[in-house]
Amino acid sequence: MTLVRTSLDRRNFLKSSAMAGGGLIIGFSWLAGCESAREDAAHIPDEWFDINAYLKISTSGAVTIRSPNPEFGQNVKTSMPMILAEELDIDWQSVIVEQAPFNTAMFDRQFTGGSQGIRRAWPALRMAGAAARQMLREAAAQAWQVPVAEITTQAGKLHHAASGNSAGYGVMASAAAGIAVPQEVELKQVRDFGIIGSSRRNVEGENIVTGRPLFAADFNREGMLIAMVVHAPAFGMTLKSVDDSAARQMPGIRDVFTIRTLEHDYARNGFDVDAFPDLVAVVGETTWQVMNARQALQIEWQAFADHMQTWDARGTPQQRLVPAGLENTTDHARQLRAAVAAPATERRRDGDPEAAFSRAAVVIERSYSAPFLAHNPMEPISCFAHVTADKAELAGPIQAPELIEQTLAARLRMPIENIDIRMTRMGGGFGRRAYGHYLVEAALISQRANAPVKLLYTREDDMTFGVYRPMYRASYRAALDANNNLIAFHVKAGGIPSSPLGNSANRFPAGAVENFLAEQWEIESNITTGAFRAPGSNFMASAEQSFLDEVAEAAGKDPIEFRLELLRRAKENPVGTNNDYEADRYAGVLELVREKSGWGQETADVHRGVSAYFCHNTYVAHVLDMALEDGRPSVQRVCCAIDCGIVINPDAATNMAEGAIVDGVGNALYGSMTFKDGVPERNNFNNYRMIRMREAPKAIDVHFVHNEIDPTGLGEPPFPPTFAAVANALYKATGKRYYDQPYLGDQRTT
Amino acid sequence: MPLFNLKINGSRHTVDVDPGTPLLWALRDHLELVGTKYGCGIAQCGACTVHVDGAATRACAMPVSAVGERAVTTIEGLSANGDHPVQRAWLQHDVAQCGYCQAGQIMTAAALLNTNPQPSDAEIESAMNGNICRCGTYLRIKAAIRTAAGSA
Repeated sequence: MTLVRTSLDRRNFLKSSAMAGGGLIIGFSWLAGCESAREDAAHIPDEWFDINAYLKISTSGAVTIRSPNPEFGQNVKTSMPMILAEELDIDWQSVIVEQAPFNTAMFDRQFTGGSQGIRRAWPALRMAGAAARQMLREAAAQAWQVPVAEITTQAGKLHHAASGNSAGYGVMASAAAGIAVPQEVELKQVRDFGIIGSSRRNVEGENIVTGRPLFAADFNREGMLIAMVVHAPAFGMTLKSVDDSAARQMPGIRDVFTIRTLEHDYARNGFDVDAFPDLVAVVGETTWQVMNARQALQIEWQAFADHMQTWDARGTPQQRLVPAGLENTTDHARQLRAAVAAPATERRRDGDPEAAFSRAAVVIERSYSAPFLAHNPMEPISCFAHVTADKAELAGPIQAPELIEQTLAARLRMPIENIDIRMTRMGGGFGRRAYGHYLVEAALISQRANAPVKLLYTREDDMTFGVYRPMYRASYRAALDANNNLIAFHVKAGGIPSSPLGNSANRFPAGAVENFLAEQWEIESNITTGAFRAPGSNFMASAEQSFLDEVAEAAGKDPIEFRLELLRRAKENPVGTNNDYEADRYAGVLELVREKSGWGQETADVHRGVSAYFCHNTYVAHVLDMALEDGRPSVQRVCCAIDCGIVINPDAATNMAEGAIVDGVGNALYGSMTFKDGVPERNNFNNYRMIRMREAPKAIDVHFVHNEIDPTGLGEPPFPPTFAAVANALYKATGKRYYDQPYLGDQRTT
Repeated sequence: MPLFNLKINGSRHTVDVDPGTPLLWALRDHLELVGTKYGCGIAQCGACTVHVDGAATRACAMPVSAVGERAVTTIEGLSANGDHPVQRAWLQHDVAQCGYCQAGQIMTAAALLNTNPQPSDAEIESAMNGNICRCGTYLRIKAAIRTAAGSA
């Protein structure tokens, strides 16, 4: 038994009464005539009691768990309730899962990103379940007039052995709802977990395979209109004039107008990306009518001049330049190469790197690059909004509702409590949906049109709107002494418009090399960028792990053993004190992948690459097997070892890792966004190469390190090391080193 | 605007739309059948896949005026209770991540198994190559199709 003080703010529990209302909450109706509500209702008994913000229990013993975070395929809607159900001690079959309302008073950190969902919610979910269990036990103790310590629970039932009393949770739900929130709760021992660590199917599975409405794009409302926007065709351009006379005459068109999503002097938060603040909006009855009317607009665009934008830097407004110009990828590549030779900002220094490089027996110097990437989630941007004089209702796919709610309040000049955001299931995100400009667009359009609207982007709108993964370049130097020991390491990394080094200057191999230098640089641009599945880390891992492969080869060492040697050094005699990894756990995944992949048993036809990385609190190592089929590379198998602490839902976690690996292979080989005169040159899936089934690895084996460490995240960590596993295997297959992504560009593989 | 009488999921439906309107938008905007998804609008991603007389068809690229008397089946009509072997196999393998592309994947897979009940891996890859899954669930999709083929 572990006793934990309930660090949950009491408000988390008390505020729940506000939603008790009629005592029954069913998901709002997506579509008039949609049958799901009726069918679901049949299973829902009459009386429910809110025990706390996260759960309510019915008189029949059914338990509704509200999953607090936005869902975009990482499966938190299943795994988060599993954590709560574990501590509540119930039968998973009796659980009904609902998406929690977005409510910062009731729930903490309703944010999806940074692979932090499970890690950060872990204590709150456990305590919510354990506190409810404790309240049920106290209710039973009072009912049976026995000491609470003698009440045990099992799978949704309360027992008192001495008296022989027994009751389901439902019987005590009413009394438990009136019990004071306990000051301390008892948490289960990891070894007693029955739900956590056992695979449970996606709670939304049936709805997905039968095509039920789940996404914002599926939303419908009486009187709802369809809205689309037109943005400037190029970065560096803005709206000059619109002639909408023809468009207005088209069938079904209700209105055409321009909107400005954010004023230039508005202090933007980190997720307020507005590549194209001035938009032309077309509002009509149906999607096809609006699409056609857009074609009839006569819009003039003009290049903008250098201007400043205001950003909120932790409470202090800061001015940032948005440079004028219509940018080109060929110029970007030249700028990046020039920057590698220019002075940069030092981020970490150990020892005397210059002296070590000058006395080295061998110096290896290499440079790596990667292009801008578009996120391309399968559901293009969409959002429902209904704004009236005194309130704003939104339903949309959003990773960071809290920040966009603040922006909406400022833009609509409306108190934050009058804004209601419903978090719809997201059709993918990958970082893109942290940037909720489309909620502001939908709200402004609804306000102006005086009607409920559903804003839809076409694929072309989505892909050319910006918020790309930045373009990067990094140069590396390594010094070996006469005994092939790594005595100095230098990384200098930058990008357009931000450096990928970010907060990774203290990552491996820092701490394992006597003389170490990390530097960064940045180049301004008007192309907007943002988080993309392990921002920065995905490129740093690709470059560093490709480079280490080459350094190991130069040192005449096995690439896994070479890394393990460095990790032993970091463990036994670390350089510096601020090293952002645990050497043991890092080595652990390398050792596990070495064992599980049968490393060292290379055959003539299969070429193996290894790569490992630690970011977002999770350790991952891959061994990737590449074959050449008619001279074309084909990924046969990826063996993956992960240490993310306790695994909540193993099969779903495996699915996440598989997906991240497929994503990594795809972006390593094919992903690229390029620009000509500010225009994104790829705008749909006919010219933006996405990995398809035939190019995916033929097999992926995922192995988790078993330990009792509190869980960390999985959405991002298996992605970054995939790139270098591909590059290192390609080298073995072709004899050629790959430095510039995408490694195969538009070439066909198999 | 002209009226089109369509045979969808075994019932007759009349829609009053421009003849060029893609079947996708007739389903989504006029018939409240939103299981069929918009992904690209140019028949490159497969999210909008439906069956037209049993054949996997991209609804985003088929005008309503071209459907005629042919029978359209959407994901909502694939089975009465979500119990088509492909749907069952999808659940068994817990395929979905975000889920947005999966209706199109399922419709393409079901059409494949209708014409080729025991496809080889190469045949599965060939049939499914037009369906993008951005979450990267391809291995599970392939495994689910093998399972469905075994149980059909």
